[in-house]
Amino acid sequence: MARSSLTDEQTRDVVSTSRAAKPADGGRTRRRRRRRTFVTIVLFLLPAFVLFALLVLVPFAVAAYSSFFKWNGLGGPPDDYVGLDNFKKLFGDPVFHADLRHMMILVVLSLVVQLPLALGLALMLSQRFHGRAVYRVLFFAPFVLSEVIAGVLFNILFSAENGIGLAAGWLADPSRVLYALFIVLTWKYFGLHMMLYLAGRQNIPQELLDAAATDGAGPWRQFRHVTLPLLGPTIRISVFLSVIGVIQLFDMVWVLTTGGPVHSSETMAVTMFNFGFRRFQVGYASAITMVMFLISLVFALFYQRFVMRRDIQGAITVMGETR
Amino acid sequence: MRSLTRRSVALGAAATLLLAGCGGNDNKSSSSGGGGSAKPVTINWWHIQNQPPLQPVWDQIAKAYMAQHPNVTIKIQPIENEAFKAKLTTTTQSGKAPDLFQSWGGGVLKQQADAGLVQDLTDASKSWIGTIQPIALKPYTLDGKLYGVSWDNGMVGFWYNKKLFAKAGIDTPPTTWDDYLADVKKLKDAGITPIAVAGQDKWPEMYYWAYLAMRIGGVDVYNQAAQTNDFSGPAFVQAGQQLKRLVDLQPFQKGFEGAKFDTPDGEAAQVGGSKAAMELMGQWAPSVEETQSKKKLGDDLGFFQFPTVAGGKGQITDAFGGGNGFAVGKDAPPETIDFLKYFVSVQNQQTAAATGAILPTAKGAETALKDPRALNVLKTVSNATAFQLYLDQAFPPAVGQEVNDQVSALVAGKATPEQVAKAITQTAKSE
Repeated sequence: MARSSLTDEQTRDVVSTSRAAKPADGGRTRRRRRRRTFVTIVLFLLPAFVLFALLVLVPFAVAAYSSFFKWNGLGGPPDDYVGLDNFKKLFGDPVFHADLRHMMILVVLSLVVQLPLALGLALMLSQRFHGRAVYRVLFFAPFVLSEVIAGVLFNILFSAENGIGLAAGWLADPSRVLYALFIVLTWKYFGLHMMLYLAGRQNIPQELLDAAATDGAGPWRQFRHVTLPLLGPTIRISVFLSVIGVIQLFDMVWVLTTGGPVHSSETMAVTMFNFGFRRFQVGYASAITMVMFLISLVFALFYQRFVMRRDIQGAITVMGETR
Repeated sequence: MRSLTRRSVALGAAATLLLAGCGGNDNKSSSSGGGGSAKPVTINWWHIQNQPPLQPVWDQIAKAYMAQHPNVTIKIQPIENEAFKAKLTTTTQSGKAPDLFQSWGGGVLKQQADAGLVQDLTDASKSWIGTIQPIALKPYTLDGKLYGVSWDNGMVGFWYNKKLFAKAGIDTPPTTWDDYLADVKKLKDAGITPIAVAGQDKWPEMYYWAYLAMRIGGVDVYNQAAQTNDFSGPAFVQAGQQLKRLVDLQPFQKGFEGAKFDTPDGEAAQVGGSKAAMELMGQWAPSVEETQSKKKLGDDLGFFQFPTVAGGKGQITDAFGGGNGFAVGKDAPPETIDFLKYFVSVQNQQTAAATGAILPTAKGAETALKDPRALNVLKTVSNATAFQLYLDQAFPPAVGQEVNDQVSALVAGKATPEQVAKAITQTAKSE
């Protein structure tokens, strides 16, 4: 730990001199030390890994396994192997195609409408004015509310019978229900993203903005060339959360519409629930979870590799590498 | 599961009607086995009557039984129906089953029986099963074996507002489909919403298609479909076409695609609040209409059977419906069956029927029904010339859900009668 006060360069110097001093048995010592480090790492990781294996890896393996079977979930392990049939059926199912389309629409809307809205509000609320704390609490409140409560409230607002003004009956209209859903999601989640941006904004030193102002940058240029770039890491993580959230969207849809009318607000998770718990086609439902998982995984990997690369680099500490 | 909602709604909503006859007049005599020295056993009992009026009645029955059989402990777990469904699924997936649990018979029970999760009660119940109406046991009898015992059984028909019908100039309820469509038009012309339906729940829409197929081809079409998994026959396609004739009249309330059955702006409330003239629903409709709309229709609410279709094989007395029952888990102690026998005895069923929340299945228990409409439904179903269980229960769950989905698409104008029949057949064949 003491070494952490040294700069990288100094560290390298120390390492190289020690290497030069003991050329004979340096390799063995290092290997032994590395092995001890390895054991330490394993010991510390073990409890977390056991939990992870039990709660994530095993269920994942079971789902992956059963996705190759026709299985109603009753009477012991699956035994009717059907190969890729479940996946073939899935990719030919118009309901699943619609799920994917809904996912894309919601992702695009989130990125284009919801996040900019949250960013705008965050920037406004980072300014000094009277009652700022009250507004922050107000905007964040929906996020604290339970999904089900929010869903039930909006059910009343959108009700065809007792609904409010224009919005009445939107949940019953196949062509508008998805947008109604998006409105509710935005209302529910913009507070979270706003808070993220607010925190990110507060980490930007005032001096930088002052310097920009001194150089003659107006508010827009300050935002464009100072605030926005420095908020980059926050924005990238918020986009990530938002997209993954949409891919796995279930509860709000379930409470608001159960995916209807006629599948027009259904998501992959809703389809999966219908097949797993209502139709008792657990094998097919598992196939849906596998596809959901793969979509999430591919997105996460690509996003981290290409978009969040720089953010992550700074965050990763590699033991042994610096020695 | 929709069907579950339907039932619990019926039972739960009757909460307001309740009581009056809840007093204990049941625990006399009948200490059946007489086995005093028996070793202690525990019966795990899962039911979905998690609220009054039935929950206290069930508790009372269990208590009375335990008093008579000191060696028996009944562990009662009232679970809300959706939660029950999920909990039972995860339990049965691990190869276990509660000793005594809620069942609706039909396809789900069949899957449980095939997996060896429930006991065959045929022999164990031989001595006393004669006290139950045979028609109520049909959904629980699979391949000639009895896997559950019913304590509630009813049927679906039209519940209509007599005042609104009179206002539209309709004196007697229709008995043929053509007359029915004509009456729908009359109601519309009089500025009245003819029908309320819960499009989000889907199963209320399924009733129309199911009844039409039954009226066109007779109940045999379902017996055949159960054998061949073929739903593409003329009766099913024609059912879709006839339903389309109705849908084309736009008879439903505004925003019906997003409506549920049992919410303050849902199907039942529309009828209860005299905003729509009728709904096609089961025996629980009157109580839900009242609780959701907070209005009493009283004698203005009438019941008529689903009309016949010209040239169809089905009779107007053929009934479509179902009810509630209990199944016995594979590892349940023998005392469970004895308790079940006690549970469905006439006295206990009378106590339950007095709450107005069920239509009892024990012969003679109907005397406890206070509502003449309920008695009327019970009589109609008891005298039915043929009986068909709800499709989402009669067939494997996947088929039942596909029927609901497809009929809902038809009503929304997103599928043709032929596509509906084809899609259901596809799912049935792949099961």
